Amino acid sequence: MTAEKILTRNFARADSHTLKAYLETGGYTAWQKAQTLPPAEITEEVKQSNLRGLGGAGFPTGTKWSFIPKSHGGPVYLVINADEGEPGTFKDRYLLERDPHAVIEGMLIAARAIRSATGFVYVRGEYVEPYRRFATAVSEAYDAGYLGKGFDVVVHRGAGAYICGEETGLISSLEGKKGWPKLKPPFPAIKGAFGAPTIVNNVETICHVPHIIARGAAWFAALGTKTQGGTRMYSVSGRVTRPGVYEASVAITLRQLVYDLAGGVTGNGRLKAVVPGGSSAAILRGDEIDVTMDVDGLRNAGTMAGSAGVIVMDETVSIPEALMVVARFYAHESCGQCTPCRESTGWIYKMVRRIVEGRGRKDDLDTILDVARRGAGTTICAFYDGAVGPYVSYIEKFRAEFEALIPR
Amino acid sequence: MPNLTINGHAVEVPPGTNLIEAARKIGVEIPHYCYHPGLSIAGQCRLCMVDIEKTPRPTIACNTPAVDGMVVLTETDRVKETRKSIMEFHLINHPLDCPVCDQAGECWLQIYYMQHGLYDPRMRDEKVHKPKAVPLGPHVMLDAERCILCSRCVRFCDEVTRTGELGIFDRGDHSEIGLFPGTELANKYSGNVVDICPVGALTDRDFRFAVRVWYLERATSICPGCARGCNIEVHVNRRRPHHNEGRRVARLKPRFNADVNRWWICDAGRYGFAFVDDKTRLLAPSRREDGAVSDATWEEAIGAVAGALRRFAPDEIGVVASPKMANEDLWALRRVLEQRGIRRVAFRVPPREPGDEDTVLIRGDKNPNSRGAELLGLDGDGAAILAAARARVVKCLWVFGHDLLQCAWDAAETDAALRAVPLLIFTGTNANATSERAHWVLPAATWVEREGTYTNFEGRVQRFRAAVEPLGQALPEWDILGRVLQALGVEVSAPRAERWFRELAGAVPVFAGLTYQSIGDGGAKLP
Repeated sequence: MTAEKILTRNFARADSHTLKAYLETGGYTAWQKAQTLPPAEITEEVKQSNLRGLGGAGFPTGTKWSFIPKSHGGPVYLVINADEGEPGTFKDRYLLERDPHAVIEGMLIAARAIRSATGFVYVRGEYVEPYRRFATAVSEAYDAGYLGKGFDVVVHRGAGAYICGEETGLISSLEGKKGWPKLKPPFPAIKGAFGAPTIVNNVETICHVPHIIARGAAWFAALGTKTQGGTRMYSVSGRVTRPGVYEASVAITLRQLVYDLAGGVTGNGRLKAVVPGGSSAAILRGDEIDVTMDVDGLRNAGTMAGSAGVIVMDETVSIPEALMVVARFYAHESCGQCTPCRESTGWIYKMVRRIVEGRGRKDDLDTILDVARRGAGTTICAFYDGAVGPYVSYIEKFRAEFEALIPR
Repeated sequence: MPNLTINGHAVEVPPGTNLIEAARKIGVEIPHYCYHPGLSIAGQCRLCMVDIEKTPRPTIACNTPAVDGMVVLTETDRVKETRKSIMEFHLINHPLDCPVCDQAGECWLQIYYMQHGLYDPRMRDEKVHKPKAVPLGPHVMLDAERCILCSRCVRFCDEVTRTGELGIFDRGDHSEIGLFPGTELANKYSGNVVDICPVGALTDRDFRFAVRVWYLERATSICPGCARGCNIEVHVNRRRPHHNEGRRVARLKPRFNADVNRWWICDAGRYGFAFVDDKTRLLAPSRREDGAVSDATWEEAIGAVAGALRRFAPDEIGVVASPKMANEDLWALRRVLEQRGIRRVAFRVPPREPGDEDTVLIRGDKNPNSRGAELLGLDGDGAAILAAARARVVKCLWVFGHDLLQCAWDAAETDAALRAVPLLIFTGTNANATSERAHWVLPAATWVEREGTYTNFEGRVQRFRAAVEPLGQALPEWDILGRVLQALGVEVSAPRAERWFRELAGAVPVFAGLTYQSIGDGGAKLP
């Protein structure tokens, strides 16, 4: 089930990041075509392609674009979320480093669709090389006249907070404020960056756009499932033979991904668990991997496609320790704005750590589950719900392993 | 106007009203911490959850505008459970140090725990520790462990004073309120952050550890600090006189008035009450003869003043009234002046430094009743009266409250006037350089020791009420003047402030129809 390479088609070329290589492989021809299309037609084409956001939420991209108010007179902003921070995810980094012009071409087309004259690319602070490659590509695009003629791109570097990958946290940070997510409504498409209508798209999502325009919505939709078109890039890490980024259809199963593409469990060990969509996705047991990786397939399996960061654990991995690491991450990265998230991520981390250290109490597990469930859905952004995914699923699916650590 | 239903009751509210305010209209309180009607919506405490029909899960009421046909339920099981959970989250890292916390007794963590929490505590791990007893500025102390990070204080400094000293630093459960580097919380309204802090995180350095709040009694009042006339409450401690070093007035708090001061008062007003219990208070009538000061009875003092008003020709008498006097006092004074035909009267004494002012509340005129004194026709030429005293034309000078030696007038000339005048009478609350020159001193009650009305710069007449008894033998000026009037042979009925106001309203057309009842606690704007 290794589909045609689309996003990663040039990755093998050492000079894939250059304008020269991009042009030699058909780069910027989709932009030429898009310039002949009315903006509404571009949005419609993206809608028909069933492209869904690949940053984590899986929202239909064309639908999002259509939320920009038609009558709006002032500026509209396009923001590209390159703050890739979801643990287990490293695909956008590859795109920025190896195909930066695809991001720029996708932005040009999206900007035409939403009538935006300014785009911002918010690059994760730790991504130094991706930033350099992308900034160089932006200069090349200006020199070649793709940018600067009705559309400008501003490259902005983040300062290392996970929450700035949440789209409204990102907007706050871009505005020069503390990276706190904003209350919704209003949604960014109505009132986003600097108070103007704003579309925030993930790097990988925007890279798909030139291909959809060049080859048509029907072609793209046919690559995936009924409700989600195309391929996507899976970041596979953990206890597998060949960790790395793999491009495949959204309809691939988790088993195919782990065994066929990533070469199976290291040392032919027994698969214990897989996190399919980055650390915020609920964990699956080793016997639950016959599911398709599309948004709806994983949702039906009780987890989520998220950012497609696939974290593989074999029998050598302690699930309680893994949860402690994850819980420490969420306690550290909670922005502190909403009370339930601010207070309980720290508390839950303390309880999990105590269990791992052999100082657990009998009621700790039920307390963690109860606290997590009570906090779920009560906050401004999805961060806390993302933390609840692992809190609940690790304990529910591997409860005996936790109980074994609690003194009788 | 959207029509909606809250807990089965129909309510109509102006467009844009949020569900907290809509519920308030029908007497339903939706618990909340971060929401404050005078600040932007933060939506971060997550306590104000309500159920809205056709909405899958509880929604925050503060950020939800009322919409026509909306059906809101504030007391469903699901909402109650959510509130309980949010209360638990707020208290996980709270130190629970109520016995030593100044906020105890007026703390919204205590109140809401009793109303909406009542869970059994489950947090048995070490709490997060943060800085305690951190002075943020001259008036405000921070205990970061008690802080629930509602951000009201941050928004106040960003949106009301626009001074932006405060921020929330760090992340997650290590977040804490703090000052931006190089700043201190010293803006002219800093005390308001203590009022809007729903917990014991921000306490008042002037008030903390002075009196437990449950010993305080309250009286509605008006700030006398400038011509704005901010509405306030006077909090006094009479039940535990050994607390607070004998200071009876414990603190002043703003009282909401949409037309005057909204929710706020300035620091100058808030902390401007020290003179009430100060050592300089004048406690008994006194006379000065040949340089020796001795106490006198009120009968002697009134008799001496009335005698002087009779003895001197009207043109030999000058009166410097005060714009700090209430309308009732000024009216009683006018009656005395009319009785004797005295024409030399003024009330304006220019300060040495012009008063500071801004566009929020603070007025340059540091007197609460200049407008009232104007409307009662007392606006004469004060400098001319002093000049007449210097020229020995005015032989009896009666000064109310002012220290004429501490004003913009030339001190040497004033000094010459005070030396020249054969009889100097002083009526005021506290001793000053002018009162020390006086031959007769009549002690007056401060504004918290009596009732009355002020007319603010916009022509709003506002009532203030007595919070404590006058100190010593001090009397309200209207009472002193009424006694003088009686000594001059005019019958004065029941000595109450309201009587003088009724007489004033009957005599001065612009006040026509006003009564204490119609002024109420919100004040009444003159036409």
